[in-house]
Amino acid sequence: MTMASSNTDRRSRQVSLAAAERWSWLFGITLILGFLYLPIGVLVAYSFNASRSLTWPMSGLTFEWYLKLASNDQLIQAFYNSVYVAVCATALTLMIGVPAAITLDRIDFPGKGLFRKLILLPIALPGIITGISMLILFRAIGFNLSLEAVIVGHATALLAVVVTQVFARLQRLPQSLQEASADLGASGFQTFFLVTLPNIRTAVIGAGMLAFTLSFDEIPVTFFLTGRDNTLPMYIWSTMRRGITPEINAIGTLIVVVSIVLIFMSVLLLREKSGPKE
Amino acid sequence: MTRIIEIENLTKVFGDVVGVDDISLDVEEGEFITLLGPSGCGKSTLLRMIGGFEDPTHGRIFLDGQDVTNIPASKRAVNMVFQDYALFPHLSVGRNVGFGLRVAGVAKRDVIEKSREALALVGLEDRFDARPHMLSGGQRQRVALARAIVRRPRVLLLDEPLSALDANLREQMQVELKHLHTKVGLTFILVTHDQTEALTMSDRVVVMRNGRIVESGSPQELYESPKTGYVAGFIGSTNLFRSRVEIVCGAPMINCFGQSLIAPAAVASISGQEALFGFRPEKASLVSGGKGKQTNTLRGSLAEVLYHGQSARLVVDLGPDRVVIDLQITDVIGASGLPQVGDAVALSIESHKIMLLQDEVAA
Ligand SMILES: Nc1ncnc2c1ncn2[C@@H]1O[C@H](COP(=O)(O)OP(=O)(O)O)[C@@H](O)[C@H]1O
Ligand SMILES: [Mg+2]
Repeated sequence: MTMASSNTDRRSRQVSLAAAERWSWLFGITLILGFLYLPIGVLVAYSFNASRSLTWPMSGLTFEWYLKLASNDQLIQAFYNSVYVAVCATALTLMIGVPAAITLDRIDFPGKGLFRKLILLPIALPGIITGISMLILFRAIGFNLSLEAVIVGHATALLAVVVTQVFARLQRLPQSLQEASADLGASGFQTFFLVTLPNIRTAVIGAGMLAFTLSFDEIPVTFFLTGRDNTLPMYIWSTMRRGITPEINAIGTLIVVVSIVLIFMSVLLLREKSGPKE
Repeated sequence: MTRIIEIENLTKVFGDVVGVDDISLDVEEGEFITLLGPSGCGKSTLLRMIGGFEDPTHGRIFLDGQDVTNIPASKRAVNMVFQDYALFPHLSVGRNVGFGLRVAGVAKRDVIEKSREALALVGLEDRFDARPHMLSGGQRQRVALARAIVRRPRVLLLDEPLSALDANLREQMQVELKHLHTKVGLTFILVTHDQTEALTMSDRVVVMRNGRIVESGSPQELYESPKTGYVAGFIGSTNLFRSRVEIVCGAPMINCFGQSLIAPAAVASISGQEALFGFRPEKASLVSGGKGKQTNTLRGSLAEVLYHGQSARLVVDLGPDRVVIDLQITDVIGASGLPQVGDAVALSIESHKIMLLQDEVAA
């Protein structure tokens, strides 16, 4: 009897401890989320602020800054440039990165370990180094500084991201799937398109989206390699030297919205594949 | 009977591990052959070389008289059932089964029809549109089988196909595999470490150890008259002992843990030499207390009784070592008629039931 009652005592104490713990966790998480999202909230809020100055309290609701965006040709051109660069850099890096990851996963060759490290190195390399070295290389081989040069630069820097992601997925894919495919008479080509690719599709899409985002707001490499063309982050950065304008808040808000849409799309895509697993 | 597979001096070395060590083996058309051995003895490696997934270090493989040693897996008329089934998770059951036909460019309608037939053969025609993850382990196993036989390969390779199933299902699948073998009439090469599985299903069992073949033969041959101590101990159990052979009054006598036994007459040819002998636990019988003077008896005390229902295993302490005997529990020897632990017992073994074995003791 006494044993049992002291047991329940202890259990209730544990429960209340757990509750306290839960509250402190919640508090911590709120703090972290606030730290992450407060700046974005401020950005969005001020993009609708009637006054040009960034003072509190805000002085009324307006869509003026968004209308101004629509008539800012330089900004629109910069946006198009950014999309062009990000799309091409993503496509290029996927076309090189996916086969590279498959090679790493499947084929044993001398120096494989070194090759892996070399491919991953650019992740650790500051963008400024990649930018400068590419600038020197392009100058040396007479490749004009241009958006295309930026694309090549981005693709190089992003290769590590794609290879890492796709390689990780391939490692979790049983080797026997590809063997079974070959066993059933499929050529290497057929195995890639009918078995390997469908099973790493989500990793490829995920890596592609990440690459797109990283390329879209990249500054250091772009700074060295672009000629006279401006990308959106470069444009924002250059106008910011004249102070933060409400237009910047507006374009920032638009980027946030587009990012959220992209994130939702990627989550949906990922779920479609891995949903009913076990 | 025609030879469908000939393996000549096949060797596979991984770094400094010898996976398969100079194996030669012929397989007859239509045979159900099992490679049996403990984990790591090279069964899978041998099977994978036949399938074309592993390049031999030395040796050659012939399929239907043709050297296929350097022909890739995709071009060999053999198919494999993988240990983890290797079903394509992104394809329906029907498309999994039809995969081999599809990549071979077979017309879509025929692909569907033949996949349905193959699924019907394993009793899963109604799961054509299901995804592999929706199936139970046993059903996945059947899909893997259907997928491997849909193209009617010359040889079907099965790597521990039942090891992922629970005991009941495993027994049921053993029977079904055997039926399937008869129904489709293909040559089956199966790998297992489970002796019961090997004995139940195979026409011929090849016992392997350390990358080599120790012995091969029909399940009956290997059980009733194993040639090596290794096989005697690996398939079923055997009381093993070494002894010198001496001729006493014209009969070959051997010594089992200090007690004399008359060996089979043939043993006389190695008189004076030492050899390995053994007898199966169920071949010995219990001599009821002091009645009559039996020949070939071993006397000791009962150390342990393991009751199994229809039979019981008695562990008898002979002094230097122990032997086991299995008794059928019949109306005559009821469970209550079993001697008690500590009782003095005598057991008798007829000479012709003592096996002369080659010198490889089970590790
Ligand atoms: N890919 C490999 N690399 C290195 N060693 C291997 C490889 N495959 C098998 N081996 C080794 O070869 C031996 C035989 O392995 P395996 O054929 O898988 O045995 P089994 O199927 O009988 O359990 C083992 O010692 C194993 O460690
Ligand atoms: Mg194995």
